[in-house]
Amino acid sequence: MTRPPLPLPPLRRPRSADLTATFAGLPLPRDSNLPPYRRRELTLLVYAGVLATSALAALTLADVGQLSLGVLTIGLGFFCLWAMAHIAVRRFAPAADPVLLPVVVALNGLGLVMIYRLDLARSEAAKQAGKHIPPSAAQVQLVWTLLAMIVFVLVLALVRDHRKLARYAYTAGLAGIVGLMLPIVPGIGTSINGARLWLRVGPFSFQPSEVSKILILIFFAAYLVNKRDVLTYGSPTLLGLKIPHARTLGPLLVAWLASLGILVVQNDLGSSLLFFGMFLVVLYVATERVSWILSGLGLFVAGAVLAYPLFGHVQVRVDGWLHAFDGDNPSSTSYQLVQGLYGFAAGGISGTGLGQGHPQKVPFANTDFIMASLGEELGLTGVMAILTMYALLVLRGMRAALGAKDAFGKLLATGLSFTLGLQVFVQVGGVMRLIPLTGLTLPFVSYGGSSIVANAAIIALLLRVSDSARRAPEPPSDAPLFDPGAVSESPTQVVKTT
Amino acid sequence: MNRPARRVAVVCMVLFAALLVNANWLQVGQAGSLKTQPTNGRQITERLERERGSIVAGDVEIARSVPSSDQYKYQRQYPGGALYSDVTGYYTLFTAAGLERSQDVFLSGDDDRLLASRVTGLFTNQQRRGGTVITSLVPAVQQAAAQALGNRRGAVVALDPKTGAVLAMVTSPTYDANSLASHTEKAATDAYGVLSSDKSQPLLNRATQQTYPPGSTFKLITAAAALAAGRHPDDRIAAPNELKLPLSTVTLPNFDGETCGDGQTDTLIHALAISCNTAFGQLGIDLGDDALRSQAEAFGFNTTFPDLPLPQARSVFPSDLDGAQTAQSAIGQYNVRVTPLQMAEVVATIANDGTEMKPYLVSELRGPDKRTISRTSPKELGKPVSGDVAAELTTMMESVVTSGTGRKAQIDGVTVAGKTGTAEHGTGVAPHAWFVGFAPADNPKVAVAVIVEDGGGEVGTGGAIAAPVAKQVMQAALDRP
Repeated sequence: MTRPPLPLPPLRRPRSADLTATFAGLPLPRDSNLPPYRRRELTLLVYAGVLATSALAALTLADVGQLSLGVLTIGLGFFCLWAMAHIAVRRFAPAADPVLLPVVVALNGLGLVMIYRLDLARSEAAKQAGKHIPPSAAQVQLVWTLLAMIVFVLVLALVRDHRKLARYAYTAGLAGIVGLMLPIVPGIGTSINGARLWLRVGPFSFQPSEVSKILILIFFAAYLVNKRDVLTYGSPTLLGLKIPHARTLGPLLVAWLASLGILVVQNDLGSSLLFFGMFLVVLYVATERVSWILSGLGLFVAGAVLAYPLFGHVQVRVDGWLHAFDGDNPSSTSYQLVQGLYGFAAGGISGTGLGQGHPQKVPFANTDFIMASLGEELGLTGVMAILTMYALLVLRGMRAALGAKDAFGKLLATGLSFTLGLQVFVQVGGVMRLIPLTGLTLPFVSYGGSSIVANAAIIALLLRVSDSARRAPEPPSDAPLFDPGAVSESPTQVVKTT
Repeated sequence: MNRPARRVAVVCMVLFAALLVNANWLQVGQAGSLKTQPTNGRQITERLERERGSIVAGDVEIARSVPSSDQYKYQRQYPGGALYSDVTGYYTLFTAAGLERSQDVFLSGDDDRLLASRVTGLFTNQQRRGGTVITSLVPAVQQAAAQALGNRRGAVVALDPKTGAVLAMVTSPTYDANSLASHTEKAATDAYGVLSSDKSQPLLNRATQQTYPPGSTFKLITAAAALAAGRHPDDRIAAPNELKLPLSTVTLPNFDGETCGDGQTDTLIHALAISCNTAFGQLGIDLGDDALRSQAEAFGFNTTFPDLPLPQARSVFPSDLDGAQTAQSAIGQYNVRVTPLQMAEVVATIANDGTEMKPYLVSELRGPDKRTISRTSPKELGKPVSGDVAAELTTMMESVVTSGTGRKAQIDGVTVAGKTGTAEHGTGVAPHAWFVGFAPADNPKVAVAVIVEDGGGEVGTGGAIAAPVAKQVMQAALDRP
């Protein structure tokens, strides 16, 4: 490629600004230093690659007792795969946060090794029982990882300015809701483990709500940027709190109904919780009104009280959580949870070591309960490291939000980071019996294509916001980001579609 | 909008902090209680997959783990079959017994003393391996004891009187621990079901867990109390043909209505040699139950031996006895109960100049790297009788074997000291046949206690039935290099 580097506005920090501005494009001149952000990212990426390769080496050592060159080849391949993402960041978001991508790669590497480790256990068990050896989940996940990387690059390449996304707010919102509805369409939708939230095409199943999450957030952020003033000001006061007008309560009610709808239609408690939390936080950040949070929580409690007697599914989860070890529960309703806890306990502080525990004893060990698998084999040390990596991811995302110079970017980045954090909390908290168990996946780690693809897109968007945040302010554009006129009638329309 | 965004960030960090605290609580605080939950099958599986340490007797592995091709990586084997099962115990999918149970922490590799090898294992990514438990058992003696006892019910315990080392511990009927170590759940459960419901109690270690009336072997303790009270072996004591028991219409006869001495009195040494009931009954009355009890307790009655890695029953000398009960207790009847191990300790103490050594079964612990981690050093439990009394008792016990009831225990070229016992235990059943003793009398190398329950089905004395067993065990022990 001999295309000239893209014209970039100067960075705020002079030194890095020069380097980044000069060498943002490809190929890099031979006699130059790399831009510090990206050089840091590359260094961290090497760490992440080494981490994944060491994990695979430890596993191989435990499994066959010796190491082969193959381990290094696979590790190198994995690194190269994500190095392409790094090159894309270099090309399309040179000023972006250098920590996000390496953390994602480290998590993804650990997840892949654990999924592969569980494959080994499964094929071993099948061999013992004389059964057909099941197909490798790790291979499928590797394909998904490749796809996720491609989506990551595409998002970075296509969304050159995140503000432009606001223009597609309604399209995104509509697409998101259609995505949520898709699994209930007969013929395409599949029910897996009692929750109807999957699309199945051949051997690949896809959970569209993961993508819908992003699309609906884009809509919501754009909508709120325009409606902020109405929602923030001119509210009657009650007991010192500003109570929103009934009319402006609309979006919140929509969010609430959508969350309940997910629960009703898809029987998915986790996604429902995630959507509602996301709506609430974005609303709060947009309006700076604590009253939204309070009324939102009120609605949540009302919804919970309403839903609890109606949904046997929810009751079973709550009972399995509160009375995990009572009566017959350990062998029936709380079986998975309790087995997962036993896994954590078996791991202790230092863990059994990769390939040396029995994570396969826990049902859904490579999806919902992958944290228990990691907790068993990597121990508390590994769990804390993984949680810290997620916390880092969320914090870096929040930092991008704080730095963003536009309201939409702020809302988008806050929403994305918070959703990521909330998903980890709900997921890991459920598996660790901090809160009732819900069916969510652990971002980047769990086996499951939609999850990793959607989360890769989230990271790409965060990098995009971060990239623009780290650049010097641009002169304000004349064109309105979003046509307010189009929005004023919109809430009713949205209600209709749901 | 930055203020609320910052707050949201803080909320996120609070959520992560909650997760981190919860992880610590779960994996450190709760781990112990979670591991012992009845529905947690991991512990056993995990251990079955480890290379468990061996249990060794002499140069023979009596329990070992060999690689297996089934779902667990190692199969527990007991190469000695039934010969050592009572000592090794078993290690099944569900439970463990014997040394397998008491030494589990070491055998499984969890012992803190194995920390060093665990740490190296952590870096070489090696599975945790267990340490080796070396027992004090001598295969030749164990073999001889099992052969001599045959399939009669009973028990044999052989001790090194100078150290307290258990040289042989055989109990019959027994079982083959291999049958319980099956990795097939059903096979293991079935085998256990059959053994545990068997009326002959093959899973019971009769040497340590079962108590019997000691019969005339208890006369050693009565004699010890008498000698300690100032009597001499040659003193003449009352030995009527029938002893009228105080405050009772019951009389105490001699075995088979025999006459001791001149029918009125007998020397203490002769009374022991021919196991005269009336003489010892009267002696017991004269000494009083307190003197008998304190002598018995000095030998270890009414308590158990410390640190023995096998389950024990305590030998009992009852309290609050009247005259008749004291007379009966003095000849090892009434409610006196002993374990074969206790009787072996009594004779071992006499053999060891009155010093009682703590019995031990585990002589050494070795790490997976064969390095010695600990070695048992012999320990004195106490001195129940003085050296003089022990010497006098030895002389008296020699006469039992040379000219008394224990002649069948004689070994060519070796002076054997011993005492027979024929313990009544209810009507209509043959009495238990006992023999306790040691050899050589002048420099004891082995002390032994033998009980054949119900005389092995034939009506006979300890001298006829148990003494030959003891002889073979002592011979095997004396032949050992």
